[in-house]
Amino acid sequence: MAAERRLKIALVGKPNSGKSSLFNQLTGLNQKIGNFPGITVDKRMGFCQLDDHTSAEIIDLPGIYSLYPRTLDEKIVVEILTNKNDENFPDRIAVIADATNLKNCLLLLTQLIDLGLPVVLALNMMDLAAKSGLSLDVKKLSKQLDIPVVMINARQGFGLDELKKQLLSEAIPSQRKIFQPLAEINDALNEIQKHFNLSTSYEAFQYIQQPQNLVFLSKENREFIKTIETQKNFFPHKYQGAETIHRYGFIQEVLDSVIIKSAGHEWKGFSNKLDKILTHKIWGYLIFFSLLFLIFQSVFALAQIPMDAIDRGFADLSSFLTKHLPEGPLFELISSGIVPGIGGIVIFIPQIAILFAFISILEETGYMSRVVFLMDKIMRKFGMSGRSVVPLMSGLACAIPAIMATRTIDNWKDRLITIFVTPLMSCSARLPVFAILVALIVPEERVFGIISLQGIALMGLYLLGFVGVLFTALLMKIMIKVNERSYLIMEMPTYRMPKWSNVGYTIVEKTKAFVFEAGKIIIAVSIILWVLASYGPKEVMDNARATVQAESQNLRLTEEGYENRVAAYKLEHSYAGIMGKWMEPVIRPLGFDWKIGIALITSFAAREVFVSTIATIYSLGSTDDHLTIKERLKEEINPETGGKRFTPAVGFSLLVFYTFAMQCMSTLAIVKRETKGWKWPLIQLFYMTGLAYVSALVVYQILS
Amino acid sequence: MKPGETAVISGFTDEPLSVKLLEMGFLPGTVVRFNFSAPFGDPVCVNVSGFDVSLRLEEANTISILD
Repeated sequence: MAAERRLKIALVGKPNSGKSSLFNQLTGLNQKIGNFPGITVDKRMGFCQLDDHTSAEIIDLPGIYSLYPRTLDEKIVVEILTNKNDENFPDRIAVIADATNLKNCLLLLTQLIDLGLPVVLALNMMDLAAKSGLSLDVKKLSKQLDIPVVMINARQGFGLDELKKQLLSEAIPSQRKIFQPLAEINDALNEIQKHFNLSTSYEAFQYIQQPQNLVFLSKENREFIKTIETQKNFFPHKYQGAETIHRYGFIQEVLDSVIIKSAGHEWKGFSNKLDKILTHKIWGYLIFFSLLFLIFQSVFALAQIPMDAIDRGFADLSSFLTKHLPEGPLFELISSGIVPGIGGIVIFIPQIAILFAFISILEETGYMSRVVFLMDKIMRKFGMSGRSVVPLMSGLACAIPAIMATRTIDNWKDRLITIFVTPLMSCSARLPVFAILVALIVPEERVFGIISLQGIALMGLYLLGFVGVLFTALLMKIMIKVNERSYLIMEMPTYRMPKWSNVGYTIVEKTKAFVFEAGKIIIAVSIILWVLASYGPKEVMDNARATVQAESQNLRLTEEGYENRVAAYKLEHSYAGIMGKWMEPVIRPLGFDWKIGIALITSFAAREVFVSTIATIYSLGSTDDHLTIKERLKEEINPETGGKRFTPAVGFSLLVFYTFAMQCMSTLAIVKRETKGWKWPLIQLFYMTGLAYVSALVVYQILS
Repeated sequence: MKPGETAVISGFTDEPLSVKLLEMGFLPGTVVRFNFSAPFGDPVCVNVSGFDVSLRLEEANTISILD
C-alpha cells in the first residue's frame, strides 16, 4: 500500500459564510473539540479522506473579517497563520466566501495571498447567488487572483469533490502582490524581514502592525520590533485604514472584470419583510418571549417521556443487579453507587438535546443576530451588550460553554459582567433538581386545559434566575469602573431555513461534551458518596445491628422493617451522615435537614449530583424495593412533625437555593481560566452562595 | 437620516473605529442605506456594500456623509 500522506487544512472565512456547514460536510461525525495550547479558544477539528492515500486533518478556525483581530477568538487565527512553526500551521488553506456577498469575503483572502499562503477559494452559496441573478467568470477570477477557485454549495454538499481535488494538488502560493506597504516604511520592513527570516514583506508588515497579537514572539523580539517602530515613527491605525481601502480598490477592480451580471436584491425581499415584523417594537419582543416560553414548555413536555423511561430503566436495572449479583462491597458499589450514578447522567440527555436543538435553530436561521439587535439597548442599561444575550441564553444549557462564548464580547467590562452573571441563568444541571422538586410540590394540573402548572413553576424559576442576573449586573455596572469602549458592529445575515444536519451536529457535540465532561465528575462523586454513605467510624458501624436490635426490642417489626431501620441507622452514622449533621444547624433555618445537608455537600461539585445523591441516600435507606426517586421522596417523613419531609415551604426554599447557588466546580474552573486568576471565581462563589442562602431563608420563613 | 434614505460616505471622525468600519465595507464614496432601527431607536441596521450591518447610534455617528 502506498504511504499514507497526512495534510493539515485550515478553513477560514468570515462569520455566516457557511464554514461550519462545509466543516460538517467534510468531516461528518469524525470531529472533536480540543483546545488551542495555552488559551481557551475551542479548536474544532476533524478528519477527512481526500483520496485513497491522503487523509486530511481539518481545522475549523474562528470566523474573521480580516487579519486584524478584535476578540480572543479572532486572535488565534492571526497567531496560527503568521507563525510557520505553529503546530497547527496548515499545509493548505480553504477560504470560504459567500458568493452573494463577495466583496466583503475577499478582503481576508487578499491578505492571505500577500502572506504567501497556499489558498484555495471556495465560493459558497452558489445556489443563492444564481437565484439573485449573479453570474461571474470563475476562470477569470482564478486567473486574476492566481489561485484555484471552486464553486460549492456547502449545505447540499455540491462541489466537494472538486474542492478536495484542489486541496490535493501541489500547494503553490499565488504570485500576486496585492498590497505594497508604503515606501516610507520599507526600511523598517526590510530590517524585520531579514531579522526574522520571513518570506514576504507583508509578513513583516504584520509583525510591525500587531506584535502584541503574535504571542509566539519572544519578549526580546517584541522589543526589537518596538525599537524599530519608534525609530521610524510608525502609527498602526493609519496604515491599517490605508491598507483596507487599497485592498477594496483592488477587489472592486477584480470583481468589475469577472462579474458578467450583477446580483439583484429582490431575493432578499422576504427577509426584509420578515425583519419588519421580527424587529418590530411590539411584535419583535412578543415573538421573542413567546419563543422562549415555547422552548421551556417543550423542554419540559417533550423530555418527560424519555426521562421517565430512563429513570424507570435504571431503577429496574439497579434492583435487578441487587437481586442477582453475589453479595460483597464491590457488587454493592456497582448496583447502588455506579448504576444510579450513570442513570443520573443519562437522564439529562433528552433535555440538553432539545434545548440545544432550539438554540442551534435560532442561530442557523439568522434569528440570533436579531435577538442581539433587539436586546442591545436594554442589555447596555445593565452593563452588558447585545452580544451578552447569546452567552446568557447558552447559560440556560450550561454555564461552561456559555462563559467560553463570552469571548465574542470585545469589551472587557461587558465581558466580565456577562461571565459573572451567567452562572445565575438556570442551567440544564439545575433542571433535574427543579424537575424533581417541582413534580413533588406542584400538583400535576393544567390551567385552561393546556398550560401545565408545573411548566409555569419551572418558567418562574428561570425568570427568578434571570432577575438575579439583571440585579447582579446592575450592581456590577455601578461598582466596576473601566475606560474601554464597547461597540457593536455586526452583520445581519439573511434569514433562511436551518440546515438540519448542522442542528444535529450541535446536539451531538453538546451532549457528548456534557456526558464526558460533567459525567466524569458525577461518576466520581457518586462513588465517593457511596463510600461516604456506606462506611463510618468502625466501632459504631460494627455495632449497628446490635444497637438497633436493642432499641427496637419492644417494637414488633417485620424482617423488612428491621432491615430498613438498620440501613437508616448505618446511614445516619456514616461519614456522610456525620457531615450532614455537622452542618444541620446552619441550614435548619432554611428548612433543610441533614439528609438534604449531605446532598448540598456532594452537589457542590456539580448541582445535578443533588438528584443522584438523594437517589443514593434513599435507595440505601430501603434496599429491597427500588422505587423511582420521586416516589421515594414523596414517602419521606419528617420525624419531628410526622408529616411529609418535602412540604411546599421546604421545596420552594430548596428550589430558590439551587436557583442562585454556585454549586459547580467546573464553572469556577472556567471562570478562573477566562479571567486569568482566582479573584473573580472566589468573589462569584461567595456572592452566589450568600445570595442563595439569604433568599432561601426568606422564602422558608415566609412560607412556613 | 430616516429609514429608507440613502447617503454617500465621506469619511470617519474616529480613527480606531474606522478600521473596523472599513473592513465591514463602509468605504468612503460608497452608498449607505438606512434600513431600520431597533425598537428604542438604537442600534440601527444599515445596508452597505451589498449587505446588512447593525451598529449602535454612537458608532453610526462617527461616519460622515455627504448631503
